[in-house]
Amino acid sequence: MSPSGTPISAADVAKVARLARLDIDEASVVHFTEQLAKVMGHFSDIDALDLSDVGPMTQPFPLVNVLREDVEQPCLDTDEVLDAAPSSDQRRFRVPPIIGLDD
Amino acid sequence: MATIPTTASGIAAAIASKQITAREVIDSYLAQITARESDIHAFNLVTADAARAHADAIDADIAAGRPIGPLAGVPIAYKDNMCTHGIETTCSSKILEGWKPPYDATVVSRLRDAGAIMVGKTNLDEFAMGSSTENSAFGPTRNPLDTSRVPGGSSGGSAAAVAAGFAPVSLGSDTGGSIRQPAALCGVVGVKPTYGLVSRYGLCAYASSLDQIGPFATTVADAALITEAIAGHDAMDSTSIPQPAPALVASVSQGVAGMRIGRVTDLPAGAEPEVIARLTEAFAALEAAGATIVDITLPSLSYALTAYYLIAPAEASSNLARYDGVRYGLRVNAVDTNSMYGATRAAGFGDEVKRRIMLGTYALSAGYYDAYYGKALKVRRLIAEDFERAYAQVDVILTPTSPVVAFPFGDKVDDPMAMYLCDIYTIPTNLAGHPAMSVPFGTGAHGMPVGIQVLAPALGEAPMFRVGGALENAAGGVK
Repeated sequence: MSPSGTPISAADVAKVARLARLDIDEASVVHFTEQLAKVMGHFSDIDALDLSDVGPMTQPFPLVNVLREDVEQPCLDTDEVLDAAPSSDQRRFRVPPIIGLDD
Repeated sequence: MATIPTTASGIAAAIASKQITAREVIDSYLAQITARESDIHAFNLVTADAARAHADAIDADIAAGRPIGPLAGVPIAYKDNMCTHGIETTCSSKILEGWKPPYDATVVSRLRDAGAIMVGKTNLDEFAMGSSTENSAFGPTRNPLDTSRVPGGSSGGSAAAVAAGFAPVSLGSDTGGSIRQPAALCGVVGVKPTYGLVSRYGLCAYASSLDQIGPFATTVADAALITEAIAGHDAMDSTSIPQPAPALVASVSQGVAGMRIGRVTDLPAGAEPEVIARLTEAFAALEAAGATIVDITLPSLSYALTAYYLIAPAEASSNLARYDGVRYGLRVNAVDTNSMYGATRAAGFGDEVKRRIMLGTYALSAGYYDAYYGKALKVRRLIAEDFERAYAQVDVILTPTSPVVAFPFGDKVDDPMAMYLCDIYTIPTNLAGHPAMSVPFGTGAHGMPVGIQVLAPALGEAPMFRVGGALENAAGGVK
């Protein structure tokens, strides 16, 4: 049984937003649920297809491993890269504490 | 002062033969930008001073007898999702506002090496997600032919820049039609090359199995010229096809005698009657020029929209995870990293980007993966197999580019599904990885331009440009 006939719920949207690291308020959850339900409704058109003998296609052409000689090459300028960062310290990207203070 | 040619090839020839200077050309285009840009908003950034300096350097090279590139002095505009070293690159998103990339995209460095002069970075739907350029965080671009209407999208700024005479050529990116659809709506030529023909190094990724860079131009020959200049293997893109750039300009004038042109008898409905009328005329014109029209079917085509709007958002949800406030762009400070990510992304992304990230995350999430993403990948194969069968019978396929002509602002912006349907004829090509182009072919409702789409099999750019050239001739030739 395909779950794609089940309309997306507000709880689904809230969960997906959390997984995607997007803070959204309750009004937005309602708004996005409505819009996404409409879009997902259109997607039920493929439910009727028998795809049991069809293999998935992830790329237009088969991906091949690309190798090269292991030789030194110029890389990005560290100072220039760090200058573009919101915060840096001791030639590293600086971020807030990783261990949450409230969980 | 001699008249400034309106084509890239004409400009390059006139500068190389010293009929005009690169400075005269760039000043003329910058004057056009000054005159109309406030009405059009094609650009996020105009790099006027750097463009003049580059033109002067080319003129100095010519005066000193030093060698110049094949596109020396040709003004060009880049969609603002292509990295330009030290020059702001925003993807029309608040999350990247102010970011200056530490490197150039391969297409940008190749065109600079060929002597092309950047005039600016063009507006787009945020992260190339949209079909009208209304999703830009910096305001919409207006269609130069009717400023109450959209230019299409997502490369609306690049299409409008060429249509308004701000540059003879520009580059866009096409994930589901983002070059061809705005080309059709603005009445210019737009090309999506074969997946892997043009390097994506330095293109901000949207959906990596679909994205491809290509040109806008006023003529089919110019589009071929720019495709030649940017194509060819690049070691910096692992999906780059390991072959040199093909010769394409010569194909444009070869004619279509003996070619087999596919007419899709089960084309998904929804196109405006005037659009269908132009398509019928296009077939008649090619037949009159010596081609044979062959009826074909593509039974899975109507499922392409669903496959695309599951696959592209799924890939986007992964690609856009990099905008997390750590290495570049916006950061909203918070007590810990997780809160910082959520707050930064909430403040930095617009609604359409959020919708697609959530859609993609949902399609990939536990319990739904097989029902949505897994199924979409199988439908993708059905579509590719449909094309394979069709190309056993025909050299190219002709369809409309867009079901509708340029629509008024606000028409579809609150109805994502209505907006997505704009891409119904362009999406299948991206799923298959094939080349396709849009050629202006008369007008439709409200006197707005109609684009005819030429689809070809993988690496079928040469036959595609032959048919493109013939359509251009039939539509009244190079204007």
